[in-house]
Amino acid sequence: MAKKKVSKTIDDINQRIREGKVVVVTADEMAGIVHAKGPEQAAREIDVVTTGTFAPMCSSGAFINFGPVQPAIKASSVSLNGVPAYAGLAAVDIYIGATEPAEDDPLNGVHPGQFKYGGGHVIHDLVAGKKVELRATAYGTDCYPNRSLKKRVALQELSSATLLNPRNAYQNYNCAVNLTSKTIYTYMGVLKPNCGNANYSTAGQLSPLLNDPLYMTLGLGSRIFLGGAVGYIIGPGTQHNPDVARADNGTPLSPAGTLMVMGNLKDMNPKWVAGVSMLGYGCSLAVGVGVPIPVLNADIARFTGVSDEELFTQIIDYGSDYPKGEAVSLGTVSYAQLKSGTVPFNGQDVPSVPLSSYVRALEIADLLKEWIEKGQFLLTQPVETLPAGKMGMA
Amino acid sequence: MYKKTLSLRFPKKMVDEPIAVNLVKKFDLSFNILKATIYPRKEGFMVLELSGHKKNFQRGVRYLKTIGIKVESIGQDIKRNEELCFHCGACTAVCATGALHIKRPEMTVEFDKERCSACEWCVAACPARAMEVRFNRTLLD
Repeated sequence: MAKKKVSKTIDDINQRIREGKVVVVTADEMAGIVHAKGPEQAAREIDVVTTGTFAPMCSSGAFINFGPVQPAIKASSVSLNGVPAYAGLAAVDIYIGATEPAEDDPLNGVHPGQFKYGGGHVIHDLVAGKKVELRATAYGTDCYPNRSLKKRVALQELSSATLLNPRNAYQNYNCAVNLTSKTIYTYMGVLKPNCGNANYSTAGQLSPLLNDPLYMTLGLGSRIFLGGAVGYIIGPGTQHNPDVARADNGTPLSPAGTLMVMGNLKDMNPKWVAGVSMLGYGCSLAVGVGVPIPVLNADIARFTGVSDEELFTQIIDYGSDYPKGEAVSLGTVSYAQLKSGTVPFNGQDVPSVPLSSYVRALEIADLLKEWIEKGQFLLTQPVETLPAGKMGMA
Repeated sequence: MYKKTLSLRFPKKMVDEPIAVNLVKKFDLSFNILKATIYPRKEGFMVLELSGHKKNFQRGVRYLKTIGIKVESIGQDIKRNEELCFHCGACTAVCATGALHIKRPEMTVEFDKERCSACEWCVAACPARAMEVRFNRTLLD
């Protein structure tokens, strides 16, 4: 008689975490296990697969409440270390966005601009425990008479600080090249002329959403690793688009799903939320995101067993096509090719350059594995999984 | 054969001295220009790899100094801040000498100082701003 098919619940897995019996592996380890034993046996043996990614994620920022202030102020314009924050909220609530440059930044006045300090760096400094200069002005009201404020604040003194990133952990991303005859400076890094390099920014087989390509386990309420602390997926990120062409293994062949994530900034670690400067482009924030995937059945085991050889992306020309808004695929490459150091393109071997740190991604997957094994981190059942688009209607 | 990478800073008045030709003809040296820029206030900056007999090299450097050029050895000027570097690999796109390269399969970014020509491209291109220029004042001679 055939063995019964594996079917676990999140509660079963959490019970095993509490009992110290849980079996956790990282997504790169899972690729080998599924290859060797098959998905059914892998699902029987493995309870959780941990993923990770660490790269600049521009759609990031923090909600900060800097009150109470005496006399009371309803701030209308606020800056932190000279970087403007959005103050169109209640009296002392602001949102500091990762890509906001400092007020006096020369930007691309002398091209390519260096963008040495911006919103991402403010968040990084706060998390690192540094004091940040807060300046606020207001028009004054009967209930909030104060018209200006200048003080130095530290993260732990703020009444609340929440990292809330509208779009992180893109499920797959373009491979960028430049077919013009001049060097260009993009959010995908420096691209040398005549296809001098091919830049990519994904953790490949370790990437969270490439291990749950059809969004079977993730969604609103999924507990995750965010910036070195516990955070949550709070829904699909902006531009979440499940309806793209997919490989037989379910993974998208171009950018698809995204995550909106949230976590308490006060618990985070500067190693995992780092301000970055993209030459000629702007400021951003490198964010560490790690997502645990419960291996509930053989299908999920098969999805989490995906390896770099089976993951593909499209080569896009950022010199001419992308700026025109007419990005077309110039070819398909696998992440195994991209990670090897060169990719074949138009008969030449083009050096491939990562912008996403595989070293840090692996460290995140390992850390998350350790948290779960030690019983410090329980999995959650999402209230609602991420929209699956047309796949969900099939 | 003696070889060193030098940074030359030209005062803004100096425009008529054919230094490269003089280094070759008068001092029997060969050169490789790794970087040459004129800043907005007209001062010039050049990174030059100079090679030849050690005696000639020293004479050549003395010549450059007597005509008013500030000469510094910059072999060790580029430093990586290990705390800031998060091993993404963006710098490898611009590093012409391969001093910054990725070790596979670990995917760590290695920095081989011996191969660094101090062109400073990585300083601007590093997203984490982990590559720093350190002005060590090791004057030659």
